[in-house]
Amino acid sequence: MSGFAKTRITWSGITRTYSIYFVLVALIALSSVINPNFFSGGNISNVSRQISVTTILAFGETILIICGLLDLSSGSVLALSGLLSVASYKATGSMAIAFAVAIFIAMLCNFISAMMVTRFAAPSFIATLAMQEMARGSALLFSKGQNIYQIGDYTQVGQGSIGFIPIPVLFLVALFAMTWYILKHTRFGRALYAIGGNQEAAKASGINVNSVKLWAFLVNGLLVGIAGVLFMSRVNAGLPNGAINYEFQGLTSSIIGGTSFSGGIGTAGGTVVGAFIVGFLNNIMNLANVNSYTQQIARGAIIALAVIYDIWTKNRRTSILVKGVAK
Amino acid sequence: MDPYKLQVLNISKSFPGVLALDSISLNARKGSVLVLCGENGAGKSTLMKIINGVYQPDQGEILIDGKRVRIRSPIQARALGISMIFQELNYIPEMSVEESLFCGRLPMKLGRVDWKGVRKRTLELLETEGLPYSPTMKMKDLSVSDIQMLEILKAISMDASILIMDEPTSAITEREVERLFRKIAELKARGTSIIYISHRMDEIFRIADDIAILRDGKVIDSKPRAELDIDKVIALMVGRKLENNYPKREIELGAEALRVERLSTPGLFKDVSFHASSGEIVGFAGLMGAGRTEVMRALFGLDRFSSGEVYIGGKRVVIRSVSDSIASKMAMLSEDRRRYGLVPVRSVRENVSLSSLPRFIYRGRLHGVKESKVVGDICERMHVKTPSLATVVEALSGGNQQKVVLAKWMLNEPDILIMDEPTRGIDVGAKYEIYKLMGDLAAEKRALIIVSSELPELIGMCDRIYVMCKGEIAGELGRKEFTQEAIMRLATGLDKRTREAS
Repeated sequence: MSGFAKTRITWSGITRTYSIYFVLVALIALSSVINPNFFSGGNISNVSRQISVTTILAFGETILIICGLLDLSSGSVLALSGLLSVASYKATGSMAIAFAVAIFIAMLCNFISAMMVTRFAAPSFIATLAMQEMARGSALLFSKGQNIYQIGDYTQVGQGSIGFIPIPVLFLVALFAMTWYILKHTRFGRALYAIGGNQEAAKASGINVNSVKLWAFLVNGLLVGIAGVLFMSRVNAGLPNGAINYEFQGLTSSIIGGTSFSGGIGTAGGTVVGAFIVGFLNNIMNLANVNSYTQQIARGAIIALAVIYDIWTKNRRTSILVKGVAK
Repeated sequence: MDPYKLQVLNISKSFPGVLALDSISLNARKGSVLVLCGENGAGKSTLMKIINGVYQPDQGEILIDGKRVRIRSPIQARALGISMIFQELNYIPEMSVEESLFCGRLPMKLGRVDWKGVRKRTLELLETEGLPYSPTMKMKDLSVSDIQMLEILKAISMDASILIMDEPTSAITEREVERLFRKIAELKARGTSIIYISHRMDEIFRIADDIAILRDGKVIDSKPRAELDIDKVIALMVGRKLENNYPKREIELGAEALRVERLSTPGLFKDVSFHASSGEIVGFAGLMGAGRTEVMRALFGLDRFSSGEVYIGGKRVVIRSVSDSIASKMAMLSEDRRRYGLVPVRSVRENVSLSSLPRFIYRGRLHGVKESKVVGDICERMHVKTPSLATVVEALSGGNQQKVVLAKWMLNEPDILIMDEPTRGIDVGAKYEIYKLMGDLAAEKRALIIVSSELPELIGMCDRIYVMCKGEIAGELGRKEFTQEAIMRLATGLDKRTREAS
């Protein structure tokens, strides 16, 4: 039995694990054929910049969903933390303070959600729904419903580039690396998968479930806070009504990327690929002048397909394996 | 000769890579009990699922009352008078007793559910069977054995002419077993054919009219009970004769490993004191609901206890969580491995390393290569059969899943190992392996605490047995005093004695 350390490689195994990557490659190939402008450096970097904010939110959702949680408040918390960040930048002129404020506020909101979930056993759906309302309301109250304009060099972060790479894309890459590392190479990551896969067993194996859930929310807060700065900077204003429904865009990328809503399954790589599939699809539909209402229907259909495919492969996989190994 | 109620003729079924059933033929007579035994993976469940319409056979046919039938779904099976009680109970926690009894066949009156009729029928049923539940009680408030009795009641109420029971006694108390057997006798008298799957030899020989033994997808033998005995059946099941059912080893006891004093939680258990030495196998006997599992869960830090003290290696320890007990070199195999032991969607590797992750962390980074090596070694030692370490645990058989749980805890090198029903739902061959392993672990100077409802197992393997009754220790027996009778007298509250802890 020396074959233990190695994973047996089979064709069906490859297609199963990497099917989402094949879809992305196929989409790129198809899009390049439909529109020659698609595969230009300018267009790709443009799409990357467009999806950076929601993809960063998607990393947070992926971490939470793997652990059996989710965040319905990330769009609102993004708006609140981004708005306060803009205000503090206008007051101090310091970008460091602007980032610190955004991250602090977003982590604080997530801390409150985490307390509702861990101390009072509220389902995360309900807890973050409450937070969605509270954060949005706070943003509107703080700004009296008014947008904040003339934000000066604050826009550099969202609109600038280093070389030919947009700054938001650099953030995207760095935060992808962080999420990937957490999920793949840390004890915390393993605990997330274990709790989402079977909370009782995780607890019985010595994992401090509440502390892991709290940290999952705090990491999500860090991501949302950074996304808040990038968003406000890109739109060149502090918008208390900005980023509405962004949490659903994050969830969409995460789910298309193979994160299972029943918990315990999902990867950072899949999430990025899911985000690019959505981004490219929007892009090619725009380039092809598809009506925006039709685009929305198409996006819905893709979510449905992704979920059906996920469940279909899961059923097939377990039935084959169960029968194959049962003996 | 009695007429055959159900005949299975040359049924074969294969799944990708496996021939699960190889030309199986069986006959169930009217008004008799056919017991089906065989190791896990012998094909019993697959066969029952075919009879119940869950799977379709590749070839062969099924005859009911001599007529050829095709059973395409469980609903069709029910229409043909086939009813099945599954080993793993399926119920909806929020449903009431009456809703659950009539689930899927609620009587209608003028387009709405006839709740009055349901209530009346339910009360009648509960009355005739002598079950003390209220029809409005929720399923989640009932114990496992209550739910099982209701499942049986449901099958009876459907007037099934063929009743399949998959290990119905694995979770119910002795008294309820007696009631179940009386019920089976009654059903037999009414002409019902019963197919009964069980691992428990004493039961098999009490209720069987015929016994069929399955192995590797084939019927090895099928005979009237009178022509078989326990040794023959076990030999046919495993394909070899077991020399000694319980490989008990003589091991010299070492120092005190664990001492528990006056552990109490109101309503669950009271003043529970016991001890175990290194190299010792200590048993916990008792009826269902005696509080054995609750004591072990509290000791292991899964639940809080309200008073009492725990000493490990002579030193007092405070146990507030599982990580405390892991730090004190304790490990616990739960009675319900799917619920508390495994993360089904994750790989063998992740499951095995779950409780000992700090070992593989270097400067905050999980060392995957080292993890794979260590996990691979322990899996080999525990004889886990898996295609690879990356295989998801839910794809393994029950016996292998149990070994994965064991491997997980053995990685921690525990000094004290608590095993709650370690052989429940495991076939004879795998049981023997677990017993041998117990001996090996004791020889390595670990203390073992075995909670089991199978008295022969405790008597065969333990050095001392504590018997619990209604949340208290009713008595403690040394190896020379072990008899099933003595244990049962203590467990049922007939005797009560406490010996001074030595």
